[in-house]
Amino acid sequence: MADKIATREAYGDALVEFGAKYENIIVFDADLAEATKTCKFKKAYPDRFFDCGIAEGNMVSVAAGVATTGMIPFCSSFAMFTAGRAFEPIRNAIGYPHLNVKIGATHAGITVGEDGATHQCLEDLGTMRTIPGMVILNPADAVEARAAVEAAINYVGPVYMRFGRAAVPVLFDKETYKFEIGKGIQMAEGKDVTLVATGIMVSMALEAKELLKAEGIDARVINISTIKPLDKEIILRAAAETGAIVTAEEHNIIGGLGSAVAEAVCEGCPVPVVRVGVEDTFGRSGKVPPLLEYYGLTPANIAAKAKLAISLKK
Amino acid sequence: MDQAKIKELSKISAEIKLGALEGVFSAQSGHPGGSLSISDVLAYLYFNEMRVDVNNPQWEDRDRFVLSKGHTAPGLYAALALKGFFPREDLKTLRQIDSYLQGHPDMKHTPGVDMTSGSLGLGISAACGMALSGKIRNKDYRVYAVLGDGESEEGQVWEAAMFAAHKKLDNLTAFIDWNGLQIDGAIVDVVNPTPLDEKFRAFGWNVIMINGHDFNEIEAAVANAKATKGKPTAVIMQTVKGKGVSFMENQAKWHGSAPKQEQYEQAVAEINAYIASL
Ligand SMILES: Cc1ncc(C[n+]2csc(CCOP(=O)(O)OP(=O)(O)O)c2C)c(N)n1
Ligand SMILES: [Mg+2]
Repeated sequence: MADKIATREAYGDALVEFGAKYENIIVFDADLAEATKTCKFKKAYPDRFFDCGIAEGNMVSVAAGVATTGMIPFCSSFAMFTAGRAFEPIRNAIGYPHLNVKIGATHAGITVGEDGATHQCLEDLGTMRTIPGMVILNPADAVEARAAVEAAINYVGPVYMRFGRAAVPVLFDKETYKFEIGKGIQMAEGKDVTLVATGIMVSMALEAKELLKAEGIDARVINISTIKPLDKEIILRAAAETGAIVTAEEHNIIGGLGSAVAEAVCEGCPVPVVRVGVEDTFGRSGKVPPLLEYYGLTPANIAAKAKLAISLKK
Repeated sequence: MDQAKIKELSKISAEIKLGALEGVFSAQSGHPGGSLSISDVLAYLYFNEMRVDVNNPQWEDRDRFVLSKGHTAPGLYAALALKGFFPREDLKTLRQIDSYLQGHPDMKHTPGVDMTSGSLGLGISAACGMALSGKIRNKDYRVYAVLGDGESEEGQVWEAAMFAAHKKLDNLTAFIDWNGLQIDGAIVDVVNPTPLDEKFRAFGWNVIMINGHDFNEIEAAVANAKATKGKPTAVIMQTVKGKGVSFMENQAKWHGSAPKQEQYEQAVAEINAYIASL
């Protein structure tokens, strides 16, 4: 069985690793350093870490000011309190002036678990996607999370990075893996339907492919870790070659990957698109495995939706 | 307050602690520290002050309670269960997938919860709204809110503070649980929000500083708030985070972690010994 590591752990480790090379990185948190894992950076570089207290709107706006001076600020809290609570400051103080701020949002999605709905952010891809020029990265595993941090540092402009609380399987090889902002990755070839997944749903899409194979269905699997700018080329090619698409995300089916893919497919190569995600409802408290089951974030549901998508082909 | 009353409230407070810890222990998740620091004020409000009807939780004229520091729901749920809003034994379903006791208060699913909370800073504003509505409609209910001291770092708390004073919400009483700790450590080290008394006063509030573990002082503060006209009241309560469980007291790490079996047994034993000593 593959190792399991939470992407937030990888985020914290990457901050420490790249903090050594880039001395102009500074890190902000809002009283959640242990949870977001910026505590690792705090330990390694106490002079470049600033706890802003429980004041997220102030934190992201301070980061905007820091960015105007040529430093590279990272700021972290839970996705709910960055993309949610601090949406408007992110839009107006970071997005509009296109400042070089990196937002490391952890505890995204339903896998927050027991804290429940107030903390389970299912809207962040949606809110962040509507900000012009915002790059949105949603890594599938620890290797990709590390690479996303490096790519964010090397990109000049605002980046929203989405990390999870729960440990997830490691899918990629650190030595060979290459990450490029805006490029999707084809994880498996297939011709009957394409499973386009992001974040924790990528490993489930690979499992769904096996379920479908047992029924004689050949599914392509694509990992979209850059939600914006979306890799339209890989998606439109999949639409043309497989004729049906299923999206899978740990997010509301409104506003996130499913919406982005549907928009691209409608405009570029209309074929059926069926979305797997949280179906326009709020989260709830619980342990992670039953929650994923409850909300249909499972390989079985992806496979079922793949059959639906195929049945909708003209 | 006479000795018998103090004894009674002390026992209820201890029962609230037991209920809160039972929930957190069985969920193996949740926030014990800040639940224990407010068990006294919860006991006082629900068992000696607030006008509520357990058979009619939505009663229009009831006093309202908003747990603005919503993460300490285990304490609130224990108080509500002891009061009779729902069965005591349900406390152990806290945070389970099929439970109506969510990780943070959920007004749509839990009888007795007047406002959904959990995102810090929002609850005090909602409490202002309840108080404003009471004023507009000539209702005589009162609104109580409990905030964290760390929570007072949120700008929205001060937006609400300005609003409440400007609208002369003298039917609103906010208790600030000044336990000195937030998640990343001591509040004075993270981003120091003190002096809270001078800040609230500068914002136009009636301010009372009390020992939040002394029922006489809580009683006097509530009486003072009720007698104060034209201003909301902030009761800044000096408390001990983790109060009543020796190894949890004043420890930031017990903000949001659950006791293991042995620790739980020790905590229960300490609280039961306290009850026996009353
Ligand atoms: C807007 C928001 N930001 C961050 C959090 C995460 N959080 C939960 S509790 C907490 C610390 C609260 O400290 P304090 O208000 O002092 O509470 P207490 O000590 O009474 O537990 C934080 C940062 C949150 N719930 N809401
Ligand atoms: Mg505190």
